Amino acid sequence: MDPNYAPYVPVAVVSILVVGLAAVILLLNRMLGPRRPTREKGIPYESGVDPVSHPRRRFSVKFYMTAILFLVFDLEVVFIYPWATRFKAWLADDAFAPVALGSMLFFVLVLALGLVYEWKRGAMNWE
Amino acid sequence: MEFIQIVFWLLAAGAILTSLMVVLPRGRNPLYGALALILSFFFVAGIYVLLVAHTMAILQILVYAGAIMVLFTFVIMLLNLSKRELGEESKNLAQALGVGAVAFIIIKSIIIVDASADSVGGDNLALPKGFGTIESIADQMFHRHLLSFELIAILLLVAVIGAVVLAKRTL
Amino acid sequence: MSVGELILFGIIKFIAIVFGWVMLVATVLTLMERKQSAFMQNRVGPNRAFVFGKKFPLSAFIGHLLSDALKVLVKEDFEPPRANKWLHLLGPGIAVIPAWLLWVVIPFGPGPMPGAEGDHPFLIANLNVGVLFMFAVMSLSVYGATLGAWASNSAYSLLGGLRTAAQMISYEVTLGLNLVGVFMIFGSTRLNDIIWGQGQSAWGIFLQPVGFVLFLVASIAETKRAPFDLPEAESELAAGYFTEYSSMRFAVYSLGEFIGIVAVAAVAVCCFLGGWQIPWVETPVDASGVPIYGWLTVAQIAIFLFKMVIFIWLQMQIRWTLPRFRYDQLMKLGWLYLLPLSLLNLVVTAIIMYAVR
Repeated sequence: MDPNYAPYVPVAVVSILVVGLAAVILLLNRMLGPRRPTREKGIPYESGVDPVSHPRRRFSVKFYMTAILFLVFDLEVVFIYPWATRFKAWLADDAFAPVALGSMLFFVLVLALGLVYEWKRGAMNWE
Repeated sequence: MEFIQIVFWLLAAGAILTSLMVVLPRGRNPLYGALALILSFFFVAGIYVLLVAHTMAILQILVYAGAIMVLFTFVIMLLNLSKRELGEESKNLAQALGVGAVAFIIIKSIIIVDASADSVGGDNLALPKGFGTIESIADQMFHRHLLSFELIAILLLVAVIGAVVLAKRTL
Repeated sequence: MSVGELILFGIIKFIAIVFGWVMLVATVLTLMERKQSAFMQNRVGPNRAFVFGKKFPLSAFIGHLLSDALKVLVKEDFEPPRANKWLHLLGPGIAVIPAWLLWVVIPFGPGPMPGAEGDHPFLIANLNVGVLFMFAVMSLSVYGATLGAWASNSAYSLLGGLRTAAQMISYEVTLGLNLVGVFMIFGSTRLNDIIWGQGQSAWGIFLQPVGFVLFLVASIAETKRAPFDLPEAESELAAGYFTEYSSMRFAVYSLGEFIGIVAVAAVAVCCFLGGWQIPWVETPVDASGVPIYGWLTVAQIAIFLFKMVIFIWLQMQIRWTLPRFRYDQLMKLGWLYLLPLSLLNLVVTAIIMYAVR
């Protein structure tokens, strides 16, 4: 088999197996376990009292904030990974080593600015 | 047909089917659409692997399925739009968008499938050594596209500032 | 190798690793955790279920494992009437699938040296992207908690699910960023290459001490253990995102969590604690760089397991020693302290490597 694809065959096999395994465990319980629904049992749990809050309400914009910041910094890390794997090799090349270091320092610095801004504006204050 | 080509057609069919699931059914919860979109990213990642773009395949899952779609599901869950808010007035728009998207997908997929079915499973010997590996991506990125790389940093900075400003205004 | 062989070896390795290794460790861990918490709280802990009522060493241990597994299988498969039926069932499944998939890239025994040709007998897939695959899969585990919580249609569940998701994504960046230092020093993202590199120079914990500490903190937060157990803070949210779950569905959630803990411990061992390397013992290799397998290999696999247990035990100690954070403290710690520190660690590592090149 083409060596380019070979390592991904087991990945595909395992993916299919784990999906099957999860389905089997969950459905086995469905078959083996009894089902005796009662009205009381079906009430959402809220520490023993009847539910007072509606689950489909809107939540703080902070969660959205967190998600968007995560997206930005996750992308940053994704760009750092390729650099990190080659950095050692580039250091051996005298002409390119300063470029390799400088480009990443600039990249991290710019993103650190974003982090400082976020801090100063109090975007992560959850009180 | 070669084994790889069968795999390719399966993945392509899966990608198209899940993409249709994103746009076609209307009036139900958008969360299902988001789930179908996540699934379709996996099929696309599989196609990347067949194109010997291993790193892109993994980054596709890491960034799109693991980060961007988290934001999408967050927004859907946080807004909790009711049936009424989702429903009537946007029906026509949704229909138009759906039809347009289907047409686009079909035309585009014919073009792409036609072009890539030949290259997939074909003569990979033509590829340079180490093609698609994370090392070769790094070499390309830092030798030929260094300026773009630094500009991305600034773009991401703008994104952070934009997010903070937008969210702060509503508080 | 042909496609058939690849598929066959994939299945065999998966069964060996996931059943013979991961599931075993995860189930033993559940009990170990209960025993240790009992010990640290001056209780006795689980000591009732013996195998066939007979007392012999480990009898209670095995008895509890078996009865736990059987019990969750035959309990009522409860489904809240107002819940979203399919998503409620799908939630635990989505949570556990990434946890199993993580094991695809973890080598728990010696393989060919970097650059050498040959198959790795103790690794399912020798991917070029290496541990990045793991991060890609790990980023998907957020959905299990959020979808399950949303589908439950209960206020406690939804709050717990949102908290979980926000916490997991906040610490994911730190978790990934702290391995970057290791990638830089060993010039690879493959765990096998990194372990060989550690055998030749020094363990990652000595080369990246700050990175190790930050990784430890982020890994506890990512696996939702105390003091970062806000997703399931008992006193505030009942059980967090799985409040409305019981029987096997609940067990699958907790199985996913435990497997995740073991997998993160395995990555920590590979990147910072030398993987299967035994200190001062060199791995014999033949001319092409493939290790010569023998009794030493068995010892190396055992030492890998041992290091993993040590790492998990360390997490458990922390769990019962520190009090829980408040949510704003958690977010502040992640974004304003751990993330900048990880970036600083990266920059300092780069400058030092540049200076001593």
